[in-house]
Order: sequence, then C-alpha cells, then structure tokens
Amino acid sequence: MDDQQLNTASNSEAKVVVKNLHKVFGNKPELAMQMLNDGKHKDEVLKQTGQVVGVLDASFEINKGEIFVLMGLSGSGKSTLIRLLNRLIEPTAGSVIVDGEDVAQMSTEKLLNLRRKDMSMVFQSFALLPHRSVIENAAFGLEIAGVDVKEREKRAMQVLEQVGLHTFAKHMPSQLSGGMQQRVGLARALTVNPSLMLMDEAFSALDPLRRTEMQDVLMKLQQEQKRTIVFVSHDLDEALRIGNRICIMEGGRVVQVGTSDDILQRPADEYVKAFFNGVDTNKYLTAKDVAQKEQVTIFERPDDPAAGFSAALERMRMYDRVYAFVLDDQHKVLGAVSAESLMACVNKRGKKLRDALLPGISAIPGSMPLNQVLQKVVEYPCPLPVVDDNGEYIGAITKTVLLRKLCKETKA
Amino acid sequence: MSYKIPIGEWVAAGVKWLETNDHGLLDKLGSVIQTATGAIENGLMLIPFWLLALVFVAIGYWRLGWKFALFCAASFLLIDNMGFANQTVVTLALIISATLISLALGIPLGIWAGRNDRAEAIIRPILDFMQTMPAFVYLIPAAMFFGLGRVPGVIATVIFAMPPVVRLTSLGIRQVNKEQVEAGIAFGCTPTQLLFKVQIPSAMANLFAGINQTIMMALSMVIIASMVGAGGLGNDVLSSISRLDIGLGFESGLGVVLLAIMLDRITESFGVKRAAKS
Repeated sequence: MDDQQLNTASNSEAKVVVKNLHKVFGNKPELAMQMLNDGKHKDEVLKQTGQVVGVLDASFEINKGEIFVLMGLSGSGKSTLIRLLNRLIEPTAGSVIVDGEDVAQMSTEKLLNLRRKDMSMVFQSFALLPHRSVIENAAFGLEIAGVDVKEREKRAMQVLEQVGLHTFAKHMPSQLSGGMQQRVGLARALTVNPSLMLMDEAFSALDPLRRTEMQDVLMKLQQEQKRTIVFVSHDLDEALRIGNRICIMEGGRVVQVGTSDDILQRPADEYVKAFFNGVDTNKYLTAKDVAQKEQVTIFERPDDPAAGFSAALERMRMYDRVYAFVLDDQHKVLGAVSAESLMACVNKRGKKLRDALLPGISAIPGSMPLNQVLQKVVEYPCPLPVVDDNGEYIGAITKTVLLRKLCKETKA
Repeated sequence: MSYKIPIGEWVAAGVKWLETNDHGLLDKLGSVIQTATGAIENGLMLIPFWLLALVFVAIGYWRLGWKFALFCAASFLLIDNMGFANQTVVTLALIISATLISLALGIPLGIWAGRNDRAEAIIRPILDFMQTMPAFVYLIPAAMFFGLGRVPGVIATVIFAMPPVVRLTSLGIRQVNKEQVEAGIAFGCTPTQLLFKVQIPSAMANLFAGINQTIMMALSMVIIASMVGAGGLGNDVLSSISRLDIGLGFESGLGVVLLAIMLDRITESFGVKRAAKS
C-alpha cells in the first residue's frame, strides 16, 4: 500500500473513496487530460481536441451503510460516474478505492471477482434477460460465479421472498408489470449478497406510485441488512426520501456533497440553489400556498383535558404518521405531539394531552414567505403547522411537500 | 484513356495459379464435401418417401397446426404424383448440406462481426460481393476446381446462401439492449459468458431469421447449381428449358415452390416463437 492509499483510508467509515476521478470520451484522452491539468476548461478541450469530458476531477467518500444519491440533470455525468465505480466504463485518471483497493488499477481477475461477489447493479430499464424466468434472472449473478443450480436457486428464492415475488418465480419477465420487473432486478442484485449496490435511475422508469413503493421496499431491505448503496437519480423527492447524503453534479463536476439539510441550508453555488429553490419563486409564494391538510390533528377537549391519548395514537397509526397537531376548540394550534411523547403519557395518572406536547413547536403565520419557511422546515423535526390571520390551523408543510412545490414552480 | 486495368487478367491468372499450386488442398476440400454431402443424400434416400412426408407433416402440425400439416401432406402427394420424389430428396439433401456449411461458417463470422467493429467493416463488403456477384461467374471456376457434380454446386450455394445468416447474426448481437449487456458485465461475466448467456440468447430471433433466409437462398441456388451437375429438381428445370418443355418446366418449378413454402414456414416458426417470447 502506498502513502496515498493510507491517506485516503483516513476515514475508517468510508466504503468507497473516489479521488480525482476523470473520464474523457474520445481517442486522445491523454491530450485532453494534459489540457485539463493545465487548467483548461472542458469546453475548450472539446473545441480543440474533440474529446468529451464526461467526469471531471470527482472526489468524495461514501460511508459504510449509507444511501449515497448522485443527483443532477441529464448530461451531468452521474450515470457515467456510477459506471466508473464498477468499471463498466474505464476511468481515464484517478482512483476508486473500495474497501482499501483501487478498482481502477485492479487486475481483470480481481475485478470479475469483485463484481461477482461484492458489488452489484440495478438498471433503469431493468435489463432483465428476457429468455430467462424470474428465478433464473434472480440467480444470474450466482450462476456467473459458478454456484450450482440447487444452491443458487435456493438463495434466489429467499431473496424473491424478501421482495415479495416468490409466487412469480417461474414466470417470464415479460409477464410482469414494470414495478414487478424492477423487483426482479433488485432481487438479482441482492442474491449475490453484495456489500455495495449501484442503482442507476433504478426507479425512474416507474410511475410515481410504484416508485414510492419501490423506495419503501429498498428502505425496508436496508433496515434488515445495511448495505452501502450508490443511487443515481434526477428526482429531488427521491433523493430527499431515501438519501443519507446527496452528491450534486453539474457538467461532469461534483458541485456539492452533503446531507439534504446541509445542501438546503448551505448551497455551494447558484446551481445547487437553483436545483433546490427554483427561480426565486419563494419570494412571492407564502406558507399558506403550500400548506396541506394531510396531517393528523387532535382536538383537546375543554371538559376533559386528559382524554384522547389512545384515539390519537390509533389515528396516527391509521394514517401512518409519526406526528400529530393538537388544536383547541377554537382551532388554535397548541403544539405537536409524537407517537413517542404520547406513549410516555398514556395510562399515567394526572397526565393531560398538553403534557405530551413537544417543546419548541409553534405555528407559523400563513403569510410567511417561502424562503423563511425553508429555514424553519429544515430546523423542525416534525411538519410545520401553519395558521391563518386569526390563528386558526390551515394545514402543515412537510419537507417533501415544500420541495415538490418549489420544483413545480421552477419547471413552470 | 486507352489503358485498361487488367482486373480480369489478374483474376484469371490467380485462378490458374491456384489450380496448379494448391498442392491438392482443393482436392482434399472437395473430397471432404463430396463425402459429407454424399452421406447426407444417401441417408435421406434410405428413408422411404412417405416417411419423409410424414416427418414434414408431423413437424408442420407441431409448429403451425393442422392446416399446415394438411398442406404438407397435399404437397408431398402432388410432388410424388408429378414423379419428382427422388429429385426432391436430392434437392433437400443439397439444401441441408449447403445450409449446414453456411451456418457452421456464418454464425461464428456473424458473432465476430457483431462484437467487433473492425471485423464488421471487413466482412460487410465481402458479403456484398458474395451476394451480388452473378452466380454463374463463380459457378464456372468452381466447376474447374472441383469437377462437375455436387461439390461445386454446394460451394456455389454456400457462397450465395451464407451472407444472410452472417448479417442477421451480427445485427442480432448488435441489437441486444445495451443495459442487458452492461448487466452481464456488472455481474462479472467473462466475454465468453457474456456471449453465451446474454448476447446469443437475446439475438436468437434474429439468428433464426438468418437461418431461415439462408435456407431459402440455398434452395434458390441449388436449382441454378444443377448447371454444374448438382442434380435434383434443378435438373428437370434445366432440361425443360433446353427442350422448351413448358409443361415440365412448370411442374418441376411447382415442386421447388412447394418445398420452399414448407421449409420457409417451418423454419420461420422457430424464430417467431422466440421473438414472441422476448
């Protein structure tokens, strides 16, 4: 191991360390690299040499067990970058260190072994083999690795069960819907039991409902066994929903890496800001424009302030919410409760509903401009309750709702 | 502009040189083909004509249903009735020989061309040449090299019938979904595994279309090949032309057509089923 490798291994939590990674498409990559090293812009390189710079000096670390989302518009190099990680595309320069070993310098034999045993991939178009049944597709990785039929189909069956497709094992892929096909794609990737999974726009071809469903499947699998997942997406909602950290790319460059809060609060540049904020629509949109009545509300009964714990818990469970707002009989927001805070008070003598309120939660006026709302949404653990001029509850704003609204405004 | 590039002279000289300097290589090749095709023909001749008909009827029923089985039965009865039973078997044997050789050479070439741009660039013009150069032009030298009979007929047929299977195999390999190929590589396929587990299975529909086309081309060529003594239905076609016997010409031609339809539909059915599956 050389010095550089020791240095990059400084973060013991890092599963993947990408350092100064470049990809130049064309027949004279050395020339292009020379020009880039001399500080020339990639547009200049294209103009003078005809070489296309796909990924430009990418450096970042991916932690063990996290979902790392590569985000950017089409042409930003995110799909190229993910393919450099398993060398579906050969890097021009730089290193991709996975568990201390540089994939970019690896021998063919070692690379094959890594792909077979520890690193798998899920594709946007599912890329199932049409002439094979579901179970044969799911067992594909093990078949390539030379595992015998009985063993590999047993393992494939277990994974198909995990993704809820075991009853379709003998079907052909063409007989399944898109969502189910991608479950097979996911099963194929999971069957080899990899510690690192690459997912290239894995859910982008699905309709929004199926997409959310698949995200849930992925999150559940992630709870059962923590894997490191690199997830390419152009969907902001998706990135915020499943990503532990997000890497924003533009024109082959990594612009910013951080948690969604980091990026929301401290966008690195105008591009990132534009990605999240839209074109300053937040200047004229206000809180009441985006507030939605999707949250559970609980009324405090003036005659019996200790009642309502069980009903509140039941309704939160029913609507699958972690938080609920407590209103008085005038529809004024008293605060928010969580399932946890309710549980702490339930069946305890002398506890009132008010005792379960979370500290520091207050409603915001509906007239608050969105750029201020953005700040608040990031700070709040729960959705942000919004009240009208009379102080009455009109709805709540979640991170997802807010960002979706902003995205729509940007597109319009 | 009086200078003419002596292309013809060069080729003639080349052929002459080959004839005297091949150290018996062509003779050996010829005798191998002679033996192999002879074995196929003799084998088919051993089967009674009615049994051969039954095989076609059975396959027709299996692949395409009872209507086509009925058509096969009627065709064989008509061929037998017109007195072309033996000739049909000879023609069929020639087709089988030429097709087997074409596939044995053409499929690997097609795979190579499908996976390698440079190979494709070299092979394509050669295929154009093979398909469009008038058959008589190479039929005569073939007869010079191998003598009259089956061998030059089969060789000329292979030259004419091989291009479709090469082209369609190459096309099939190239048309495999890019992400399917990437998936193969991402899961650790070696190039050989990628070929046999991803590319060829996905290219099957095209490959079968190529095989079908090759068989049809072979059928049309073995008729012409009778000019160098290949035998079969072509002999009857040829003698009817030379005698201006319109009736015999039509009858023997009809035999060719019926055989063509049966072979086409049956081989096509294998490709279609595969295409429907994927």
